[in-house]
Formats: sequence, C-alpha cells, structure tokens
Amino acid sequence: MTEATPVAQKKPPTTMAAKKRQEAIAGYLFMAPALVIFLVFLIVPIAAAAYLSLTNWNGITPVFDEEAFSFVGLDNYSDLLRGYHTNEAGEVVKATTRQKDFFIALKNTTYYVLGVVPTQTILALILAVILNQRWLKAKGFFRTAFYFPSITSSVVISIIFMWMFTRGGLVNTTVQAILPNYESNNFVSWLDDPRGIIHILLEQFGVTRMTVGDWASNRVFGNTLWEWISGPSITMSTIMILNTWTTIGTMMVIFLASLQNIPGSVYEAAAIDGANAWQILRRITVPLLRPTTFFVVTLGLIGCFQVFDQVYVISSGGPAKTTYTIAYMVYLNGFDRSAMGLAAATAILLFAIIFTFTLLQRFIVKERANV
Amino acid sequence: MATAQPLPAPVDAERRSPLAVALTALSWTVLILFAALEIFPFVFTVANSFKCLPAVQTYPRSIIPVPPFGVECTYQDGERAGASRSPSETSGAATFNPTLEGYREILDANLPRWLVNTGFFAVAVTILRLAFDSLAGYALARLKFPGNRLLFFTILGTMMVPPIVLLIPRFIILKQFSMLNTYQGLIVPLAVDAFGIFLMKQFFESIPGEIEEAALVDGANRFVLFWRVVLPMATPALTALAIFSFQGTWNDFLMPLLILSGNKDLWTLPLGLSFLRGAYGETLRWHAFLAGSVITTLPLALIFFYFQRYFVEGISYSGLKG
Repeated sequence: MTEATPVAQKKPPTTMAAKKRQEAIAGYLFMAPALVIFLVFLIVPIAAAAYLSLTNWNGITPVFDEEAFSFVGLDNYSDLLRGYHTNEAGEVVKATTRQKDFFIALKNTTYYVLGVVPTQTILALILAVILNQRWLKAKGFFRTAFYFPSITSSVVISIIFMWMFTRGGLVNTTVQAILPNYESNNFVSWLDDPRGIIHILLEQFGVTRMTVGDWASNRVFGNTLWEWISGPSITMSTIMILNTWTTIGTMMVIFLASLQNIPGSVYEAAAIDGANAWQILRRITVPLLRPTTFFVVTLGLIGCFQVFDQVYVISSGGPAKTTYTIAYMVYLNGFDRSAMGLAAATAILLFAIIFTFTLLQRFIVKERANV
Repeated sequence: MATAQPLPAPVDAERRSPLAVALTALSWTVLILFAALEIFPFVFTVANSFKCLPAVQTYPRSIIPVPPFGVECTYQDGERAGASRSPSETSGAATFNPTLEGYREILDANLPRWLVNTGFFAVAVTILRLAFDSLAGYALARLKFPGNRLLFFTILGTMMVPPIVLLIPRFIILKQFSMLNTYQGLIVPLAVDAFGIFLMKQFFESIPGEIEEAALVDGANRFVLFWRVVLPMATPALTALAIFSFQGTWNDFLMPLLILSGNKDLWTLPLGLSFLRGAYGETLRWHAFLAGSVITTLPLALIFFYFQRYFVEGISYSGLKG
C-alpha cells in the first residue's frame, strides 16, 4: 500500500500532490459501481427498514403517497415485545396475538439454533480431525462426499427430505426393515407432528400438562411455561436434521483447512513429551482451532437464526405453528398479511438478536482464550 | 491438498496397541457411516426419479436399474388402457425398470424455461460480480484515497446484515424503479457482493506490487494496467469468486421469491419447484419432483467435480480469514 511514494519522487515534473489526486480519482472510479449498488440496494434499505419499523405501512399503498402510512413510534416493537401499545389518546391497545406469535417464533428459532449449531460444529470437527490423520487414504473421496450436499439448492434438499420423511417413505420403511418392532401404524409422522420432543420425553415419565402442577399455566410473554419448555416439534427436528446434514460439509472443510495449517512439529513435540492422542486433541488441537471454531459458530448462528427456505417449502410454519420462525414471520407479515411496518420491526429485532449473539460469542471465546 | 503422505511411520507400526487399532477402526466406521448418510439420499433421489409414481411410493429403496428400459407407466392398450400399472410390474425390492415419465412430466411443467432463466441469472450476476468486485477489491488493496479504510470496514460490516432484513426495503426500492418482475430487478441488486470484494482485496494484497509499479513508471494508465496486468494474475481468485457467485445465484431462493413471483416466465428452478409443490398440494407427484431436483442439481454437480479444488480452496480461504 505504500508503493506510490518512491515512484512519485523519481518523476519530479509531476508533483506529489498531482500524483496523489490522480490516484484518489482512480480509486473512486474503481469503487464507483460497487458504491452505487451498495448505496441503493444495501445502505438505503437498511435505513429504510429501520424507519419503516416505526410506521404502520401496510405494504400495498404506494410508499410515497401522502396517506400511505403514519408514524407510530415504537408501537410495533411494543406490540411484539409487550403485547400492547398506548395510542394517542392514552388508551391501551391490546396486541396479544402479535406478542404471542413473535415469542412462538423466537422459541422455535431458539430451539432450532440450539439444536443445530453445536451438533454441526462438533460433528464437523470430529470428521475434520479424523480426515486429517496422516495414515488415512481416500481423503479426497470423503471430503467430496461430505461437501457435496453444501452445493445443492436448499429447495432441492427440502424436496428430497420431504420425500424421504413422508409417512410411508424411505426413512420409516428403512427403520422398519432394521427394527421389525417399528409397526407401520406407529410410524413417526416426521413432517406433521406438532408434539415437542421434550414434552414427549416428559410424557414417558408420566409428566403431562395435567400432572405437572399449576406453575406451568403461568404465562410468560404470551405463552404458558408449559408451551415454552416443549422443545422443538418432531417436524422442526426433521428440519434441524436437514440443516445439520447440509452444512456439516462446509464446516468440516473450514476446520480441515485450519488443521492443515498447524505445523507437524507441534504434534511431534507433544508426542515426545508423552502426550496421548486424547491429550493432544484436548490440549493442542482444540485450543489452536479456537479462531476457526469462532468463525464456524458465528457462521452457524447467523445462518440458523434466518432459517426460511426449508420452512417455506416443507411446512409453511406448521403444524400448529411449531416451525413458525422469525424469518418466516417477517415474510408472512410483510407479503401475506399486509403489515409491512410490523414485519420491518420484526426484521430489525432479528438483526439485533443475531448481532448480540455474535458479540456475545466473540466475548466468550476471548475470555476463555485469556484463562 | 489431499496429499496423504505415504509414510506409515515405523514407530507407529511397532507399537500398534489394541487401543490404536480400535481407534483406527472407529475412525473408519465414522467416516464411512457419514459418507453413506451424506451420499445415499442423492443415490435414492436419482434412482427414484427414473421410476413410475406407484413404484416410487411402494418400492422407494430399489436402486438397481434393470431392462427393459423406458417402460410406460400406464397401460397403452387393451381394456385397461390409460390406467397406471401396478408398482410390482415396474419395480421390485431391489431392482426397477427405468422410465423417463417423471422427466417428461417435469419438462412439460415449464422446467426448460426455468432452467434457461436460472442459467441466465447466474451467468449475468457472476460476470458483473467478477468485474465490479475485482475493481473495488483492487482499489481497496492498492489505491490510496480518502475514506479507503472506512469504506472497507463498511463493506465488511454489511456482511453482518441478514438478507431477511433487506427483504422489505429492497422490495420497495425495486417497486419504485419498476424493476419488480424483471430480469434487471434480480440481477442489479446482486451485481456486487461484500464477500467477493473482500476475497479480491485479500488476494491483491497477497501478490507483489512491483510489476504494477514498473508499468506505472512507464506511464501506463491505471485502468489499462488493471485490465492487462493485474486481472490476468488474479485468475485463481477470479475462478473461486466465479464459482461461488454462480452457485449462490443458481441456488438462491429468497430473492427470486421476492422479486420474480409475479412473472411466471422469469421463475428460476428453485422458485418453480417450490411453487409446483404448492400447486400439487397433498398428492405430490414425487417422480416428477425428484426428476426436477436432479435436473436442478446436475449442472452444479458437474461444475463441482470439475473445479473441486477451487471450491475447497475458496471455502478454506474465507474460513481462515474470518
């Protein structure tokens, strides 16, 4: 980046200032296409989203019409988070459904993230560590096999999974072939079962809504505590399996690249000191991979919080709203239910959530690195 | 990258404890299990895309094609003409008679049009990104101008903004420009991407600048220099960028859904397939659907196998810099 100065000194006729100006003009010209597109389709939209979230625009009336919308301040946010807002006359306007829906979406999305991100990170790490072994043959084959799903369209993957997980489909009949006790009248309806897996688990121990006690009926953010602890539904779990299955390959390739950057001498030194395989993995490989792990987890968080395509294609938020996610809610409110202002507010909240998690995660990784 | 050095270290060989053997066996088991899990869904998809619908529903697990090839899925003549043939006539538990029925059906559902659209979008976006991303990346890496650093960090920061946040305002802006349901409406907003600029900038910083300096002393113009000298050196980075752009646009669902839903003639493959699912409702024509999935995946699969090295390098590159 410092190359220009000596050149300028060699050619006294053109002054340094003229050279610098020329370079600056070239710089802006080179940046121009990117800047214009970014400004119009990225920077302005972000600002517009923030502004629209403070209005009650329906998304249909042309936005520059005088009567298109009115400014409602933080009402949309208040509806979503508190379930009501106060109007100009000072009266409380209830918006219980909005709050309930938002927190259902938040709950579903959170279960989704908690299920997918750790699973895919750990599995990807395990596969990468195995693939990185010196003695292993056919590395290329395995890497290709693991990575291939990542290049496939999310819609195609969703279709393939829908087909495999239909009631009498590939998965159920294969399980039946392996476990004869798996009767066809008890097949799991992978794509149409709203029961939460924690609820199902509790039921095995005789804990149900009826027997669990009154505390479960308390409402927190519009939903009962019992609803909060449902766990992801069977259908949501299927979508979680799908996403884990798709992304393991990408994450593994990232881990593998950074494993290959660890010099062999580090391992040799450890081996001479008498460390066993587990100690090497625990004390050397994992700590050295911390920056990569941070990257993989952040990538996973950002992607998972926005889960949309699979939900749109497979379940449309159902059954019983158990796959209703925040991104899907944004789409539905904005383009289906003519509540564009509300949708913008939801999108901004989603952005805030993703941002917070990324910072939090960065902070935790730093803390642990310092210990 | 996959150079497994053929040196089974003699030390290892001597003290192969039972534990080490067990670990090796376990490793192989895990690898093979996961490879099977990742690959078999595709194998079954391809096999079933060549079956008649009743066979897909009754014998989804048969994957060995046997003659006669090109069987008809309905009775051609006789008193049952037009009725579907029973699944056991075209398939068994392990083998099946391939048919092109599913492909015929999906091709009739306007798939050729979607295929052409998707290819056009992907190629157009890729070409524009190669040009604009490399120009911007070069400026950020090599040219000094006020606001250079600020611009770089702003662009990097936009990578944090989830596409779903941009969904609504982008829709409004495109509507204002009357660009909804048009080719340019999908192409222009995607013509630059932060990741590509980042990739190109990193690459330009990694190559020495002496050649450019020499050319500059000779009085070459910056743009000519960029075009004749710098870009040819950047082929590896450009290839990686081209592949990622092509793949991303080919598979993109959210943006086409937002921008193109209203114009049937512009639908892309993912969009068309997803709407077809809606049109079919509960009784999905799986053989046709799976055929559509195969057609959607095939071009990318070919590119992937041919350019595999660049996929892996590009991914690793972005990962290491993160």
